[in-house]
Amino acid sequence: MKEGLVPATAARMVQRHRLSTRLWHWANVLLLYTLFTSGLGIFNAHPRLYWGQYGANFDHAWLELDRFPGWITLPALYNLAMSRHWHLTAAPILIVSLLAYMLWSLGNGHIGKDLLFRRGELAPAHLWRDVKDHVRLRFPRGEAALHYNVLQKTSYTAVIFLLLPLVILTGLTMSPGMNAAWPWLIDLFGGRQSARSLHFLAAFALMVFFLVHILMVLLAGPLNEIRSMITGKYRLPEEGR
Amino acid sequence: MTLLLSRRALVLGGAVTLAGCDRLASNERVRDTLFSAENFHKWAQRSLMRRDALAHEFRPDQISPFFRANGTANPNTPEYKTLWRNGFTDWRLRVSGMVDRPLSLSLAQLHAMPHREQITRHDCVEGWSAIGKWRGVPLSLILNAARMSSRARYIVFRCADDMGNGNAYYESIDLIDAFHPQTILAFALGDQPLRVANGAPLRLRVERQLGYKHAKYLMGIEAVESLSGIGAGKGGYWEDRAGYDWYAGI
Repeated sequence: MKEGLVPATAARMVQRHRLSTRLWHWANVLLLYTLFTSGLGIFNAHPRLYWGQYGANFDHAWLELDRFPGWITLPALYNLAMSRHWHLTAAPILIVSLLAYMLWSLGNGHIGKDLLFRRGELAPAHLWRDVKDHVRLRFPRGEAALHYNVLQKTSYTAVIFLLLPLVILTGLTMSPGMNAAWPWLIDLFGGRQSARSLHFLAAFALMVFFLVHILMVLLAGPLNEIRSMITGKYRLPEEGR
Repeated sequence: MTLLLSRRALVLGGAVTLAGCDRLASNERVRDTLFSAENFHKWAQRSLMRRDALAHEFRPDQISPFFRANGTANPNTPEYKTLWRNGFTDWRLRVSGMVDRPLSLSLAQLHAMPHREQITRHDCVEGWSAIGKWRGVPLSLILNAARMSSRARYIVFRCADDMGNGNAYYESIDLIDAFHPQTILAFALGDQPLRVANGAPLRLRVERQLGYKHAKYLMGIEAVESLSGIGAGKGGYWEDRAGYDWYAGI
């Protein structure tokens, strides 16, 4: 009875996300949105994908699509030059901001403290429990909510250290100028057309991450989550129950 | 129901934001910013590579089975047809502009000059690539033979294909690319004389840039100090017409 007198609103407000993370997060919203939609506009100029060094209309395409519709391309009306202007303006900003974020997060301990896997986290039993919790939509409460769980760590590290570098390097591999500057790019990805295919796949992998990410925010309490990414303040879900 | 609604909201939201981007792009300042990314890429790429860094050259077994042609497949003007009927024996490449010794070169004269052969990849701005074996005369030899003025800064390529309303295709490159060892005026593709679809009798190869820079159906080359008086002043047909980047290294 005495315990019941404690109001439910006494939930603790804590500082959740660092400034570097919040800035980079919203920069990515703009950049990835621009890059994805303008990228689809560029893809529409030749909606076929190949493996290897070369690939044109008479060669075998592993994927051939219709043009993406105007509501998801930038600009809405097909205009290869404008799509390229948007894409090639946003791309260098994405590279610089990713590098800055990596260095800043290394410096302030974000990578070491929050993103690196702890001992035992990758053990099958622990992984399985985390998967089950996710599927049952049982989100961590109390102190546990202040740390990324293993699936979060996996997806965030995959995006930061795998998908974004992959999408950037395959993008550069498509540039004939960069091929002359950094010939190893072509060898790394097995050809310009392979790089173009990987660029497309990496972009859609990022889109899948985005959709799951949005879903998780909606399920975990969108207002609290979005506020924590704007001001950094986060209402800690109570323990127990 | 909610899923349907949210999908519609997403589509609508996307369309509204993208329409916002389109409106943004019609603003002069935003357009200028978007178009100036070209300068950054030119600066970055030129800083990262040696002046004479070579485009990758491929092995004979890596050549595309069929080299796709794009853009004009045949200029089809009366003048071009006449040249073609005579096997281009009456064709001349005029070298003019800021040169001490203007030239008028026949195909036979070009054949008699030193050649370079290279198996390189042609990258279209649309996204496709084709690998072919080119043979031609290094542009530097021709510019040196014409004794180009030290005040010249760009080389302009005049073409036989009329793109409508009397506007002939043209392109331009700066001297870094003009004197690059792989920049050649090619008269052969795959050990055969250039086909009409690929730019007969002579086309430019500028291997560190995209396909639209590789002017076909060459009629003349001109050394100039500035590009402002030529066409609409952007340095090429598609640059003037569609807003393509003049520096096409990416």
